[in-house]
Amino acid sequence: MDNEILVSMVEIDKRFPGVHALDNCQFELRPGEIHALVGENGAGKSTLMKVLAGIYSKDKGRVIFKGQEVTVSTPKAALDLGISIIHQELNLMSHLTLAHNIYIGREPGKAKRLILDEKQINKQTEDLFARMHLKLDPSAKVSSLTIAKRQMVEIAKALSHNAEVLIMDEPTAALTDAEIEDLFSIIRDLRDRGVGIVYISHRLEELQQISDRVTVMRDGRYINTVNTNETNIDEIISMMVGRTIYEAAPEIPEHASQEIVFEAKSLNRGRWLKDVSFKLKKGEILGFAGLMGAGRTEVARVIFGADALDSGELYVKGERVDIKSPRDAVKHGLGYLSEDRKDLGLALGMDVKTNMVLASFEKFRSWLGWVDERATEKSAAHYAEALDIKTPSLEQKVINLSGGNQQKVVIGKWLTADTDILIFDEPTRGIDVGAKSEIYKLLNDLTHQGKSIIMISSELPEILRMSHRVVVMCEGRITGELPISEATQEAIMRLATQRGTIINGSESVSNSVKLGSA
Amino acid sequence: METILKSKNSLFRSDATQKLMAFAGLIALFVVFSIASPNFFQFSNIIGILLATAVNGILALGATFVIITAGIDLSVGTVMTLSAVMTGVFITVMGLPVYVGVLGGLTTGALAGFINGSIISRMKIPPFVATLGMLYIAKGLSLVISGLKPVYFNDTPSFKEIAMGSILGKIIPGFEVPNAVLILFGAAFIAHLILNKTVLGRYTYAIGSNEEATRLSGVNVTFWKTAIYALAGSFAGLGGVMIAARLNSAQPALGAGYELDAIAAVVIGGTSLSGGEGTILGTIIGAFIISVLTNGLRILSVPQEWQIVVTGTIVILAVYADILRRRQ
Repeated sequence: MDNEILVSMVEIDKRFPGVHALDNCQFELRPGEIHALVGENGAGKSTLMKVLAGIYSKDKGRVIFKGQEVTVSTPKAALDLGISIIHQELNLMSHLTLAHNIYIGREPGKAKRLILDEKQINKQTEDLFARMHLKLDPSAKVSSLTIAKRQMVEIAKALSHNAEVLIMDEPTAALTDAEIEDLFSIIRDLRDRGVGIVYISHRLEELQQISDRVTVMRDGRYINTVNTNETNIDEIISMMVGRTIYEAAPEIPEHASQEIVFEAKSLNRGRWLKDVSFKLKKGEILGFAGLMGAGRTEVARVIFGADALDSGELYVKGERVDIKSPRDAVKHGLGYLSEDRKDLGLALGMDVKTNMVLASFEKFRSWLGWVDERATEKSAAHYAEALDIKTPSLEQKVINLSGGNQQKVVIGKWLTADTDILIFDEPTRGIDVGAKSEIYKLLNDLTHQGKSIIMISSELPEILRMSHRVVVMCEGRITGELPISEATQEAIMRLATQRGTIINGSESVSNSVKLGSA
Repeated sequence: METILKSKNSLFRSDATQKLMAFAGLIALFVVFSIASPNFFQFSNIIGILLATAVNGILALGATFVIITAGIDLSVGTVMTLSAVMTGVFITVMGLPVYVGVLGGLTTGALAGFINGSIISRMKIPPFVATLGMLYIAKGLSLVISGLKPVYFNDTPSFKEIAMGSILGKIIPGFEVPNAVLILFGAAFIAHLILNKTVLGRYTYAIGSNEEATRLSGVNVTFWKTAIYALAGSFAGLGGVMIAARLNSAQPALGAGYELDAIAAVVIGGTSLSGGEGTILGTIIGAFIISVLTNGLRILSVPQEWQIVVTGTIVILAVYADILRRRQ
């Protein structure tokens, strides 16, 4: 029986100051199995796996590896046992070559390892890549690789440690569909060679494709383990949230009027944007769909003045405007909610109050640049309540809030600045299932109030559920625009993969697709 | 909710610990030196310590702003010297009234800071390099303008009074606290207000916490960074006026090394070089720790060379203590 099981974790308990992160958890991994670990943010998935990988020490419980109880007190101890973890944020040194990254700390050398043996290290790496059927140059620098390729390098690194257990934390979060397919085939290949793989993911639709079993966690507790082919997504979701949530059909109240509040004409920027034109109506959610790298974020950044345009015209409420910096954009009533909240949206170390007024201090300054403390507090309190931000106080540092509440703080910032046009870039990325529907409701409420929204999203269900119209991009061009009635996953994907030269008119795609709104 | 609340409390507590730690360190030094030597805890010696802190403290105030933005200003020492020399030129060479000379000194510092800020925010040159350049430029200009010779303020005795006179002594006979000390505390109070009560202060923290997010919030980061360096320059200018008044002369060769003392004071005071956090109170305590240490060791007849070694050790220990605190 014991040979059947590679790793078993029993009665694992772990506390952080003030948080019972793992409460009597269990987990089991067989060799040659892909075992998905799911749960809402904060459910304890990553913590449990970090215990297994020796990054955190457990307070109680046992880890049994190949039938023997083991103590995994450091990441090195885990690696020596053959347990490797690939973190969500990849840990590669971008200035070093692939080979150096993989064999860092174990470099083959001459003269008692004082001199690095370049040839040998590249040879070893090449062999390693060959085993994985990877076509990568060992002497290339990591900085020249895409995220997907870097992920492959991380896997290669794990294999170079002769990993028998490979833990992957959200490996597909930043990958395109094609890249995900490549990744999956490598993962399956590893499985077939007997490696036990733990697969942490938020993308439930992937589980069916890749996993053999699924373990669900909630609030630091173990809920259940099921065979993937005996369950479905709804069942998993209800285990995750502890309730059955009603995934409603597209919910699109029609607030959009015909008034055009924003228009972009022939935007061009280097190789990223080519002749991008679109219109945004008042009270509308305009969805921007496309694959990663299609240029959607670039559109957001140029209209917000974060990056410079080569050419093109912008109109706000019919008037030509010149937006050269985010400051100009804010003046014209635009707000941008970046996909990368932590790096681009929030001053994490500062409190909720300050973050909420960061875009509108002009309103709260009195004589000599004095901050009107009372008005600031009042305004922040107002929006915190309106948005139902869960924070013990307005002086709480935003770093201590959950993803959903952080996102609400960013929304609050733009509401405080009284912006009419909001650009949401991946509004629900990294936000758990429960908070997602709250954000959706919020978006609808905003359009009710006459705000207009550009929503960039890589999740097609989100696009279909929220948008009134959908603009699809591919390789820096707008390849089509669909009214929601005609937007289906298939239609969008067809446009999103439409490479090469697309010109208005004759070379048009199918009839159901209108090209270029302008 | 509950867990967030708890973590907030512990966070709050640790912030308080940090301030307490620096302050407790200062008190401990006082106690140790008082026990070690009867000459330490004397009115005249305490005044000496306060006076010795004045210039470094004022420079450190400006440096605090810059360091909270995750920047650095290496030029404060030589900009201080340049400001002192300019004050000398205005008052003794051009014969302008003392107050105009003082304003001229402050403006010189502000201008140097403004140039620093413009180079950093417009030309996108890293603060370390930009202010290193300014360090040399100000040093060179001081020598050029003064003709390598000190400028003396012998004809204007009122200038010296700015630092060495005692308004307090006139009000309370016997309580001869030099004006320099009052100016230090006054400047610290103003710096505290600017940092905590004004938009500029809020942006100082915001830029240090996340510059790009601040820019994407529509804040004119270029403008505010320039303003922050100009403010730091003004404090260097004030430092220049103070040191000139104290020495009754502008010494063009002085000034190198002052920037490091200022940075040391800021760092000992708990401001993080990676930006986003720091307080004026911390900086003032940091500045006092350095001068109490120097003074106490001197009284104990420790050679000056060794005092410098001890200061260096304290910088490292202070930051290490801060790191240990964060780890908890």
